[in-house]
Amino acid sequence: MTKLLSTEQMAEFANSGCLFFEGLIDEDINREFLNDIGHTNIDQVDNIQQYFQNIKSSSSIPRIPAGTPLKDAYRLNSPLEKIFKNEIVSGAINSLVGSKTVVDHQFLHLTFPSKYYEKANQRQMSQVNHQDSTIDPRTTFDIQLFYFPTAVTKEMGGTRYHPGTHLRIVNEMGIAKYQNIKGQKNIVCKAGTIGIFHNGLWHGAGVNFSDDIRYMFKVRLQPTEKQELLWDPEKKYQPLPNRALYWTDENKDQTINDILMRSYPWQEADTNRLDKINVVKFWRLLTGHKNMDVDYWLTRIENELY
Amino acid sequence: MTKRQKVLVLYLKFPSLEAEVISWATFDGTGKKLHMTGDSDEPPYPTGLDALLDGWRLFQASQAIPEHPGQEFRTSYLKHEFFFEKIEEGDF
Repeated sequence: MTKLLSTEQMAEFANSGCLFFEGLIDEDINREFLNDIGHTNIDQVDNIQQYFQNIKSSSSIPRIPAGTPLKDAYRLNSPLEKIFKNEIVSGAINSLVGSKTVVDHQFLHLTFPSKYYEKANQRQMSQVNHQDSTIDPRTTFDIQLFYFPTAVTKEMGGTRYHPGTHLRIVNEMGIAKYQNIKGQKNIVCKAGTIGIFHNGLWHGAGVNFSDDIRYMFKVRLQPTEKQELLWDPEKKYQPLPNRALYWTDENKDQTINDILMRSYPWQEADTNRLDKINVVKFWRLLTGHKNMDVDYWLTRIENELY
Repeated sequence: MTKRQKVLVLYLKFPSLEAEVISWATFDGTGKKLHMTGDSDEPPYPTGLDALLDGWRLFQASQAIPEHPGQEFRTSYLKHEFFFEKIEEGDF
């Protein structure tokens, strides 16, 4: 059984580039995952490379050749297989990249606490902002699924991310010079939380000022089919009609269009309008309604009579 | 006594120093403070003009470059970038 995303959740993803499912994976599976990777106290770790090596040699996390179908990637009854079988996780994946998705890569990100750096006499720095992989002008998109097996407190420096940046096309660390961006968020969550990022979302790891190791397991998934109405196989979604602009009516109900048109504090006054146009273009692809519009942004400039 | 440069980079909401700061970075050549990504959620100044009023000297501003034909709707890096400096004297 899978629970496909709602149209509201899809609009949230189209606008912000991310979705979160707080504490979704139960304690037993989180414990099983941590036991499987040999989670230990930082005092037992002398060398980061050795710790990684131990995890790679003894855990059930398999080597997955790039392009392997997700359904064949994880051993039956392993913690990761159980996570991907979760009805909400599988529903979100099917809604965004389809049921025939393939694994691009996976990685277990570890962030070590200050104690480790003090012992090793190294400078402890946060990871700079970046967009993963490389410059990517596709309209097709991949998702990156993040799994947090332990609770992440503010001190642990959970993943920093910038909602609404996913449709800006940049070249990986070309955004590293933006030390701080207004409206930046840091993941603070319960154990078992799942986050799903559009591959273009700007992000970076924070500094871990706690006494515990922070873990984040990431899998990048690619679609093998068009990402049109995957969450709505019965094609029930219909775009809303035009509404009044500026001189508005009194209807205060939040609509799908309000979710799509949400602004962010980091957006420039001029480019914010292009960000909105790009969300509408993205929504056209996701819904298959090639001429739909929100607040006349595209209709206005598509009215070319010559 | 030697001189050291402190650099402040502000990204503004529109290309005028009176505009609101939307992103910022600080690099301290005196070594007194190590700045890093994600170290503050509030900008050091509300606008670019406020940085000038506090003694920062502007030394570079981004140019207005027309969008390439056919690429008018492509969005990318933050556009309105302003570099400021302060020179500090001391025994570093």
